[in-house]
Amino acid sequence: MSATGIGASVRRKEDFRFITGKGQYTDDVNRHGQAHAAFLRSPHAHAEIIRIDAAAALAMPGVVAVFTGDDLAADKIGGLICGWMIHSKDGEAMKAGGHPALAQGKVRYVGDHVAVVIAETLSQAKDAAERIVVDYRVLPAVVATSDALKPGAPVVHEVAPDNAVYRWAIGNEGETQAAFAKAAHVTKIDLVNNRLVPNPMEPRAAVGDYDSGQDAFTLYTTSQNPHVARLVLSAFIGIAPEHKLRVIAPDVGGGFGSKIFIYAEETVCVWAAKKVGRPVKWTSDRTEAFLADAHGRDHVTHAEMALDDKGRILGLRVHTTANLGAYLSTFSSSVPTYLYAPLLSGQYAIPAIYCEVDAVYTNTAPVDAYRGAGRPEATFVIERLVEVAARETGSDPAQFRRKNFVKSFPHQTPVIMCYDAGNYTAALEKALEMADYRNVGKRKRESERRGLLRGVGISAYIEACGIAPSAAVGSLGAGVGLWESAEVRVNPIGTVEILTGSHSHGQGHETTFAQLVSERLGIPIDNVSIVHGDTDKVQMGMGTYGSRSGAVGMSAIVKALDKIEAKAKKVAGYCLEASDQDIEFRDGKFTVRGTDKEIDFASVALQAYIAHKFNGQDLEPGLKESAFWDPTNFTFPAGVHICEVEIDPATGVTHVDRWTAVDDFGEVINPMIVEGQVHGGIAQGIGQALLEGAVYDAAGQLVTASYMDYSMPRAEDLPNYRIGMTQTRCPSNPLGIKGCGEAGAIAAPPAVINAITDALGHEDIAMPATPQRVWRAVQKMAPKLAAE
Amino acid sequence: MTAVSMVVNGKTVSKDIDPRTLLVQFLRDDLRLTGTHVGCDTTQCGCCVVHVDGLAVKSCTALAIQFEGSQVTTIEGLANGADLHPMQAAFREHHGLQCGFCTPGMIMMAVDIVRRKGNDLDDKTIREELEGNICRCTGYHNIVKAIHAGAEAMGGLSKAAE
Repeated sequence: MSATGIGASVRRKEDFRFITGKGQYTDDVNRHGQAHAAFLRSPHAHAEIIRIDAAAALAMPGVVAVFTGDDLAADKIGGLICGWMIHSKDGEAMKAGGHPALAQGKVRYVGDHVAVVIAETLSQAKDAAERIVVDYRVLPAVVATSDALKPGAPVVHEVAPDNAVYRWAIGNEGETQAAFAKAAHVTKIDLVNNRLVPNPMEPRAAVGDYDSGQDAFTLYTTSQNPHVARLVLSAFIGIAPEHKLRVIAPDVGGGFGSKIFIYAEETVCVWAAKKVGRPVKWTSDRTEAFLADAHGRDHVTHAEMALDDKGRILGLRVHTTANLGAYLSTFSSSVPTYLYAPLLSGQYAIPAIYCEVDAVYTNTAPVDAYRGAGRPEATFVIERLVEVAARETGSDPAQFRRKNFVKSFPHQTPVIMCYDAGNYTAALEKALEMADYRNVGKRKRESERRGLLRGVGISAYIEACGIAPSAAVGSLGAGVGLWESAEVRVNPIGTVEILTGSHSHGQGHETTFAQLVSERLGIPIDNVSIVHGDTDKVQMGMGTYGSRSGAVGMSAIVKALDKIEAKAKKVAGYCLEASDQDIEFRDGKFTVRGTDKEIDFASVALQAYIAHKFNGQDLEPGLKESAFWDPTNFTFPAGVHICEVEIDPATGVTHVDRWTAVDDFGEVINPMIVEGQVHGGIAQGIGQALLEGAVYDAAGQLVTASYMDYSMPRAEDLPNYRIGMTQTRCPSNPLGIKGCGEAGAIAAPPAVINAITDALGHEDIAMPATPQRVWRAVQKMAPKLAAE
Repeated sequence: MTAVSMVVNGKTVSKDIDPRTLLVQFLRDDLRLTGTHVGCDTTQCGCCVVHVDGLAVKSCTALAIQFEGSQVTTIEGLANGADLHPMQAAFREHHGLQCGFCTPGMIMMAVDIVRRKGNDLDDKTIREELEGNICRCTGYHNIVKAIHAGAEAMGGLSKAAE
């Protein structure tokens, strides 16, 4: 392993600009003559708009324009779309209500977009927005997930009179019923997977620009996938044809899913730039982010597990109601269906599974993918069920899992997925060892002496990353392909630019992708630069989400590098007067097999461009290749996390005392970066379990719309993490990578709740397990303890 | 409009500004020092921390005109020319950042923690002192490591200077 190659913890190339304040985020972009946009948002969860009077606003100082939904409609700007078609179990297509970028006639959640003011300064735009008079006729709102399908509930969209977007199912109902019929024991649980707000630290922002000389638009935006944004803005929303629309996602300050989607504000800014003839800039404030960024999770689930008399799992039966909010966000429909239920088998060999999902509209912010997207929800179901089943049957939770693990691969589950490679037992044993599981009892007694309750919780998760192949996801309803692209440009002096359709917003691609190239071409890592996030530079790409950039994005680079090597061998052959069949390439040098004749990579690059050693008819000059990579399967990262908590029964405060994570991510390019991804994921998972929750009141007002109200995990709330790894290569991509971006967020919530319920003597507890909830549970459990 | 004058990163700057301009807006919009970030609107996240007359200040919650005549240091002014401040170097060395958005505020706060609490910091102190700085990417593990190391390096430097 070289110091900068695959497997080395190379310090990040991108860090210098971030630690010196030289990063270029969207809000740092300023275009000459730019005006500022402020959005007037609905104060009501559900209302008809009777009239909008902007006269007073237009008369305010500095105001350039005020636009409403009518202006967008007059320009034939289409609504926002949902790009994944789901069919109900009766075959009916999902019911997608209209989603205009600015409201037309109705608002459907607090924060919905009513009008935009464009003014010389941001303060002027905000002042003027307050002067717009809107007459609303307030309508009853449906807010809670479990209320949406009740007869007589207020209707969010007329196309879905019962508020059901779809009623979907997967698995084999008959076989599952049969499994339950012969069960020796059935474990039943009811779960709420709490609604979260993704909260990347950089709020969303957009700068729209229009060049009348070229009749072309540029949108700078906080996007995880600028090419998909361009595709949607062009082909569906109708801003401009793709060759007249450039989307640039510069440095992006975290995404966690929430910056995948194509939102109203970005759409309005780029459209309005032409309308007002000036660049238009908008930056979300944090309250707007809480109100209008797509939220995550929000499931209500009943789940049952059938066991035989030896504690083997026979079947799984799940019913979930998933809240998709007031409108279908870009990929929302796929999250509680294909990104969720196919993972319900967890790491276990379960012969029969059946899952029904009812997706519902409510008068709340749209819900879409948030770190893990469906897989944390699935893992919460299976890992809570397994834990409760082990406790009910008197088994040790580790032994219960060990007994039911998938042990041979490939393993076909009853719910689509074919697990290709793994060693679940190895991860469990390593995690138990690292966590000193055998001495938990001793530590519990020690805590007890200090008046504290200690509990331990295991979570054995599996996820599916690098969603693909394209044809398969297309058959499941995806509106896009999920390949990735790469272009390798070798310059005449042997330095290399990699153009990738992946997008980095904290993942460190400028380093890890360069490590791959450095190793493969035998050139210094500083001779490699990574270009991403600009649709004028990178032709097409699918962006970064679902832990796909290593498994899919880097595989595309490998494929392009294969072509570079083949071409370079031909050039070297001419230079060394040998057949390219006899040329070997190693450590940056081309040699003629069995001789001492050699030429280095930089010299071959130069020869490729000056083209003096070969005839241009026999070999094209230049050294540049591109590739698209479409994987053959998902990848299946898996692992075991063990959480140990200490609870103060007097206050209900839960302290996470120990965290052990053992993950199998296949091959690892940069362990330092991978561990960082795991840390961050765990923090978000602990946040979901202990602290975070988006709360709407009965009228649909978001009660948790600031950092004063929504409890973000802070340094004091979190432990240091012990990270370990096991490794089985992923067989479905050339690098053997599985992906690591979401693991922690998927694994952590059930580990925490299993630990708390262990400490509480199996009293169930809802997420977030706030001190109040834990304290109440302690009170319930006290009589039980007293009776013992 | 109101005239305001202060010293930012060693340079005297004078501007006529809207009196309601926040210090962070003055730095970002008027001076184009965009390294200082805005991550919230309730003084909770700490992305906007700068140093004013040697103290850490959340620049999103103070008016620029309050700092007439003050000495302000932003993340752009922390390094000594091409030489990184030891805390900047420690964040890179220990992978204390991912997306980089909270990083300027974290580093400015970390330097302030060392000023107030000294160079020999334990985990508990660092975590408590980061109460006003939120990071969504790192889970804080490596930020805590970086601040340990940065604090030690700062101690080494000040000893060497003695």
